[in-house]
Amino acid sequence: MLELYNGALDVAGILKRWYEEESKSNYGAFIPFIGTVREEDGIEGLSFDVYEPILKSWFETWQEKAKQKGAKLKMAHSVGDVPVHESSYISAVFSPKRRVALEMIEEFVEDFKASAPIWKYDLKNGKRVYAKERSTKIKGSGILYG
Amino acid sequence: MVKVEFLGPIAKEPVEIDAKTLKDVSEVLKQDESLKEWLETSAVAVNDKLVSSLDVALSDGDKVSLLPPVCGG
Repeated sequence: MLELYNGALDVAGILKRWYEEESKSNYGAFIPFIGTVREEDGIEGLSFDVYEPILKSWFETWQEKAKQKGAKLKMAHSVGDVPVHESSYISAVFSPKRRVALEMIEEFVEDFKASAPIWKYDLKNGKRVYAKERSTKIKGSGILYG
Repeated sequence: MVKVEFLGPIAKEPVEIDAKTLKDVSEVLKQDESLKEWLETSAVAVNDKLVSSLDVALSDGDKVSLLPPVCGG
C-alpha cells in the first residue's frame, strides 16, 4: 500500500491505522521507519515532487518481493512542503518473523533512496532549492547524453 | 511525434519531437545547451518504464520522461 499526502504526515495516525489494519494478520513483527525533517543549514523545511506512475510500479515490484517472503510493505510520503521537525516519509514491513522484516526494512529504505522518483528541495528564505548534492542518479542514467 | 517530459527540478515544459527511436530524441535534446547537465545525469523512461539503452523504437504518441537524480524521504 502506497499513500501520498499533501504536506507533513500524520505519523501517529498513519502508524495507528497500519497497526490496526494488520493486527489480526498474524504477523509477528512490525518494523516502521519514520523519516523526520531535521533543522539544519537554516532551512525552514523540505519540499518534494513525486512522479507517481513510476513510484507506483517501483513500489509494486517491492511488494511482490515482500510477498514472496510472506511479508507486507506499507509506505507513506509527502508531496509539497514539509516544515522542520515534521515527517515526510514512513515505511513499514510486516512479517511473520523478525529476521525478514529487519533485513527488508534496510534494503527497502536504501533502494527507496536510490531509485524512487522523488525530488527534494530545501526551503530557504522562502525559496525552493533542489537538493542536488544529496540526490542520487537512478541506475542507467545518462544514456541520452551518450 | 513523441512527447518528452522533464520531471522534478529540470523545470522545462514538455516538447513534441519527431522521433523513431530514443537515439533520435537524444540527438534533438543534445542541441539544447540548457539540458546538457540533465542529459548526463537523468534516467529515461518510455511510457513510464525505465529503459537502459537508446535502441528503443518509439511510436506516435509515446511518452519519454527524463528523471534527474532523486532524493526521497
